[in-house]
Amino acid sequence: MSFAVSSAGHVSARYLRAFARQPYYLAVTLVQPVIWLLLFGHVFERVVQLPGFSTASYIGFLAPGIVVMTALFSNGWSGMAYVTDIDRGVLDRFLVAPVRGGSLIGGQLAYAGLLTLLQSLIILGLGWISGASFAGAGPGILACLLATLLLGTAFASYSNALALLLRKQETLIAMVNFLVLPLTFLSVTFMPSALLPGWIRTLSAYNPVDWAVQVSRQCLSGTADWGYVSLHLALLALLAAACAYLSTRAFGAYRRAI
Amino acid sequence: MTNATVTAGAATLGPGLAIEAVGLTKTYPGGVRALRGLSLQFPLGSIFALLGPNGAGKSTAVKVLTTLSRPDSGGARVAGYDILSEAEAVRRAIGVVSQKPAGDLDATGWENLMLQGHLYGLAGAELKRRAEQLVEVLSLGEVVNRIVKTYSGGTQRKLDIAIGLVNRPRVLFLDEPTTGLDPDARAEMWETISRLAREGLGVLLTTHYLEEADQLSDRLAIVDHGEIVAEGTADELKHELRGDSVSLQLTDEPPPDSVEAALAAIDGLLNDRSYEAGWLRARVDNGPTALPALLAALDGAGVRVSSASVARPSLDDVYLSHTGHAYNALQEN
Repeated sequence: MSFAVSSAGHVSARYLRAFARQPYYLAVTLVQPVIWLLLFGHVFERVVQLPGFSTASYIGFLAPGIVVMTALFSNGWSGMAYVTDIDRGVLDRFLVAPVRGGSLIGGQLAYAGLLTLLQSLIILGLGWISGASFAGAGPGILACLLATLLLGTAFASYSNALALLLRKQETLIAMVNFLVLPLTFLSVTFMPSALLPGWIRTLSAYNPVDWAVQVSRQCLSGTADWGYVSLHLALLALLAAACAYLSTRAFGAYRRAI
Repeated sequence: MTNATVTAGAATLGPGLAIEAVGLTKTYPGGVRALRGLSLQFPLGSIFALLGPNGAGKSTAVKVLTTLSRPDSGGARVAGYDILSEAEAVRRAIGVVSQKPAGDLDATGWENLMLQGHLYGLAGAELKRRAEQLVEVLSLGEVVNRIVKTYSGGTQRKLDIAIGLVNRPRVLFLDEPTTGLDPDARAEMWETISRLAREGLGVLLTTHYLEEADQLSDRLAIVDHGEIVAEGTADELKHELRGDSVSLQLTDEPPPDSVEAALAAIDGLLNDRSYEAGWLRARVDNGPTALPALLAALDGAGVRVSSASVARPSLDDVYLSHTGHAYNALQEN
C-alpha cells in the first residue's frame, strides 16, 4: 500500500517538475476562459435583466460555469501526455516496472487536480475583480472547488482511458471536443434553468457538467439547497471514482493491443 | 574507465538460465502472427542475440518476455520466474531498454534515474548511491543534470541503459540498442554491453545488424516470420555451411559442359557448386588450399579464369541459407 502511494507521489512529482519548467502553460490554459468570462460576460451583461435571472451581474452568474468548463477542457487534454509517453516508449518502460497502473493514473490525477484548483482560483479571482460577488464566501468557494475537482477527475480519467485505447492525439482531440462544448451548452452554464428550453432542461438533469455548475453556483451565491448539493456532490464523487477505476483497466487493453 | 562494477551488490548470481522460453505464440488483433512458436534459452552471464529484419517478431518476443504483453500460448521463465504467474517477480529481476529512447525528454537524466528507482520501490541514500554509480560507469557525469532533450542520440541510449540498470537486474533486455547510432557511439555501446555480460548479467539483445550479432553475442538465433530458423554460436552457424565460399569469374563464359569436364578430376573438393553466367561458385572445406588445385584443374582443361576470391562464410550466408532470402535485400524492402 505504501509503495502504491509513494510511487503515485513520484509520478505526480514528475508532472509537477515538467510544469515548473514551463509555467507559462498555465497562462495558455487561461486564455479561453478569460475570453469567455470577460468578453462574453460583458457582451451579454444585460441578459440578467430577463425575468428568470436572480442575479445582478452576468459575470458573477457566469464565473462558476467558466470554472467548470475550464476544468473540462484542461482535464480533457490530460491524455495527451499519455499519448506522448506511449510514442516515446516511456509508458512501456513504466509498465514493465513493478509500479501499479493505479499509481500511474493516481499520480497523474493528483497533478491534474492541483492544476484544476489553481486555474479555478484564478478564474474566480478574475470574476471577483470584474465585479462578481460571491456571497457564499469560504464554504461556497470550497464547495465550488470540490465539485469542479470531482468533475475534472472524471474527465481526466476519460481522457487518459481514451489515450490508452486510441493512442493517437488527433482522435483524442476529436473525442474531447465531441463532449466538452455540447455538455457545456446542455447545462445551466450560460442560462438559468428557468430560461432553458424544456428538452435541454430535461437532459441537463442527467448531465454531470450541469450538476457541477449548479452546485458551484448555488454555493458561491450563498443560496445553496443543501439536499441538492450533497446528493450531486456524492454523484460526482461516484462518477470520478468509476472513471478513475475504468482508466486503470485501460492499461489491460493497452497491453493486449501492443 | 572505472573499476566500479555495474552489478556489484546484486543478488548472488548463481549459475542458471537467464531465459527459458518454449513455444511462444502471439497474434495481434487484425491477424498479424508476430510469434509462431518461438523457443530459446541461454544462461546468465552471456549475451544472446535475436537477429532478424524489422517485422520478424523480435520486439514482440521482448514485449512478451518482459511481461509488457501476454503470449497467446507457450510460456517462459525469466531469471527463474514464470512470466505469467510470477510477472511481478520477473519485473523486479529484469531491466529493459526498449527500441526507442525512453527517457523523459522534459526531465534531467538524474530525475529520470530517480523516478525509475522510485518505481521499483528504491529510495533515499541507497537509490542515490546506485544512480551515482551508474552515472560514473556510463560516463554520464557531464550531462546528467541537463534536460534529456539536449542529449545526443548516443548519450540518450547510454541514459536508457543506466535507467534499465537502476534496479540491479539479473537479466537485461536490449531491443536494438545501437539502431541510429554513429560508429563511435556503437563501438562504445558494444563495449558497455560486453562488460555487463562479463559481470554476470544475462543479456538478450535484438538487432538487425548481422555484424552486431556476430561480434557481440555468445549465441545467436535467426528469427524469421515469428520463429527461430537457426540457432548456435556465430561460428557454429557458419560451419554448418560446410566451409568457405569460392567465387571464380571465367573468361568468355565457357559452356557448362566444358566447365563440368574440367572439374571432374577434383569432384570431391567442391560442395554446393553452381555455375551461372560465367560465375562459378562453390563451398570448399578450406579455401586457401583448395583454390590452387581448382585453378590448376581449370587451367589444365583450357578454361581461363579472370578473377577469383575466397571468403570465410558470413552470417549473411547463414541467413541466406536458412531463410532463402539475402539479408540485405530484405532490409531495403
